[in-house]
Amino acid sequence: MADASDNTKSMSIIVTKGTLDWAYPPFILATTAAAMGVRVSMFFTFYGLQLLKKNLNLKISPFGNPGMEMPMMGMHMPMPNIVNVIPGVDAAATKMMKNLIKKKGVASIEELREAAVESEIEMIGCQMTLDLFEFKKEDLMDGIKIGGAATYMENALKSDINLFI
Amino acid sequence: MADVTLDAKGLNCPLPILRAKKALKDIPTGGTLEVLATDPGSAADFDAFCRTTGNELMEHSVDGGVYRFLIKHTA
Repeated sequence: MADASDNTKSMSIIVTKGTLDWAYPPFILATTAAAMGVRVSMFFTFYGLQLLKKNLNLKISPFGNPGMEMPMMGMHMPMPNIVNVIPGVDAAATKMMKNLIKKKGVASIEELREAAVESEIEMIGCQMTLDLFEFKKEDLMDGIKIGGAATYMENALKSDINLFI
Repeated sequence: MADVTLDAKGLNCPLPILRAKKALKDIPTGGTLEVLATDPGSAADFDAFCRTTGNELMEHSVDGGVYRFLIKHTA
């Protein structure tokens, strides 16, 4: 990423979701783009700010997600909304997902985030979200910037690709 | 024989590409990297990676579920 010539392609991503499943698309695309020589900037806002926390503790919830079917004993287990009244369903689903991730050789979010840092991807936390949810900058990982919508727009206007995830 | 071999077997998208990029950094221009992967998606992805970055995909083959890519570091 040392190449900052004008021919360098660039991409910005607005990251708005803070669950384990939704953490994947932005980090996979960002790290892959960087590996392909694209300059990447990620803007973390609302629940997406969870992905910048020093200690990641991401969870998934089957609630309101009829697309979630967990492979189990050669079949697929659907997660109807009614199961969400059972205490501990989110924790169980999260554990199941983490086991699958490991078993299938899928990177952990920690690993992808580390790769993002290594490939000099710019990561910006949303100031308004910090204020809104009363998070402290000290709770977030080192090396990130804090900014607002204008900071994002400046990046977006110069980028070849802008994604909202 | 490649200059460096990267064993990416058992890794899923996007790790084979990320590891390959990392390995290419340490290989001088003109050097070669052999990547072994089991991710079926890697066949299309290494094609796309090489076309986009300008590195040369010299060979690719599949044998018993193991995909092999030979990449020349040109970019």
